[in-house]
Amino acid sequence: MACSHPTNAPHPKANSASTTIKGGTKAVAEGTVATFSVYRGTAESGEMKTYQVPVAEGMVVLDAVHHMQANDAPDLAARWNCKAAKCGSCSAEINGKPSLMCKTRMDALPLDEPITITPMKAFPVLKDLVTDVSWNYRVNERITPFTPKSDDTDNWTLYQEDVERVQEFRKCIECFLCQDVCHVIRNHDKKNDFYGPRFMVRLASLDMHPLDTVDRLQAIKEEAGVGFCNITKCCTEVCPEHIHITDNAIIPLKERVADRYFDPIGKLKGALGLNKSRK
Amino acid sequence: MSSSQTSASSLPPLSEVKTASLNTSPALQVSTLGSTERPDAWWIEPVLSVAALLGFSVYVTWAVSQNANYHIGPFLSPLYSPNLQEYFPKLFQALPWLSPAYLVLWVPLLFRGTCYYARRVAYRSFLMTPSACAVGPSETASALYEGETKFPFAVMNLHRYFFYLALVLVFFHWKHLVDAFFYPQGVGVGIGTLVVGIDTVFLTLYVFSCHSWRHLLAGKLDCFTCSAVDKMRHGAYKRQSKLNESHGHYFWFSLAAVWFADVYIRQVASGNWHDTVYLFGQGLTTNPF
Repeated sequence: MACSHPTNAPHPKANSASTTIKGGTKAVAEGTVATFSVYRGTAESGEMKTYQVPVAEGMVVLDAVHHMQANDAPDLAARWNCKAAKCGSCSAEINGKPSLMCKTRMDALPLDEPITITPMKAFPVLKDLVTDVSWNYRVNERITPFTPKSDDTDNWTLYQEDVERVQEFRKCIECFLCQDVCHVIRNHDKKNDFYGPRFMVRLASLDMHPLDTVDRLQAIKEEAGVGFCNITKCCTEVCPEHIHITDNAIIPLKERVADRYFDPIGKLKGALGLNKSRK
Repeated sequence: MSSSQTSASSLPPLSEVKTASLNTSPALQVSTLGSTERPDAWWIEPVLSVAALLGFSVYVTWAVSQNANYHIGPFLSPLYSPNLQEYFPKLFQALPWLSPAYLVLWVPLLFRGTCYYARRVAYRSFLMTPSACAVGPSETASALYEGETKFPFAVMNLHRYFFYLALVLVFFHWKHLVDAFFYPQGVGVGIGTLVVGIDTVFLTLYVFSCHSWRHLLAGKLDCFTCSAVDKMRHGAYKRQSKLNESHGHYFWFSLAAVWFADVYIRQVASGNWHDTVYLFGQGLTTNPF
């Protein structure tokens, strides 16, 4: 890990990685060097630059970035904190897939080709691998917080059956990889119309909470734009906490919206004043 | 990284919030068709899905237009189930050119077409919005995209009604399975019985693993412990949730089972293949029809 190599010349031992399968990952041969193609620049201009990094056993992509910073590119900007896949800071796109750099093992990547690292493309780049994710915070402010039935918390009795759905959603580390991969935000730029998967998860955690009193369905349909999701499940695929975002949050929200807005029987009941309040 | 929580009521709509400018660096562009840095074979899944669904659609179109060889002995092709000719004989005598399948196929078509799993497949494979995760859609798709907020895709929100109709299909499939044990020579189990049975079981698994059914069972509840009925519903919800995890598998398995059942019954009815049956008390019989 201590040596550094010229960025424009192949390392003498490059591409010598072993391909032995071992527990679903590849055992990396000693002396293997990986070639990285890393985005350097800002939102307006930048280019992919090549770096070579020796690979050690157990190494993750964030280790490689640290090696580049220590040896070849001290000005390479990358956000990170815990290096334990719990802070959600080191989100980037590795070989085109939104991933946490600290959770992507080198022995899970093909080392015979350059590994690309780019910033999350759905958000404006500040510098190199660092993006401005503040839009997410503005969205979050729009969600009415948990509003319990009573201020008297001593009388709250919660059973495991009632909170286990919500507990899954509480695993979210706000890495915003789901927001990055969501094509509604990433490709169609519907940031004004759709809150994105992360906030569908938050809305689901609140709407399904047995003690929450706010009727959120109109906000979920209109302001949050749940109808913009077309269930392609990419958010679920990239979630490092393995939250079943689509199946357990978005689809249930769509069904709740359908209860009120797309159910002719429900509409008839509403017209006759027979609908019971959900909360 | 945790987000702050403030009162939402006083904030302007999201559309009035100024967002930072988009990336204009050529190396960060994402909205051209197929643009991606993924080196893996991401295109295999959409290509296979298109091939399978187009192949199935072409076969079904041909099979229902035949209006023949869909019924032999105790077997009825699932494409023609329920057999309306049996229930409305005068209608089909008056309109002999009308295939009864035309009058029933819209139910499975709408149920499958609005299925949450099928939507994932269709949006990825046919509409390419997107073809795969972190793969760019076309610029036209980006410009026109409205999700499921407007017609025709807003129809997807009616999936639960097609689920109700699919329950009727499931009922008839089980009826056909019972019928499939009763050969002209007696009661028995034949290859055709097994073919019809596999189709019936996979259709049942597919329909009852539906996301809308999950919601109606108890997903719509906020409190699972508020009454004895809610507790029962929660128990059913948990079991159904396990089934729901494999909803996509059942989609494909039941599609393949429908296809094979129609092929088998069509071939037996046209005399190309011979069914083999073990008749209770009589032994093995080949070509019972």
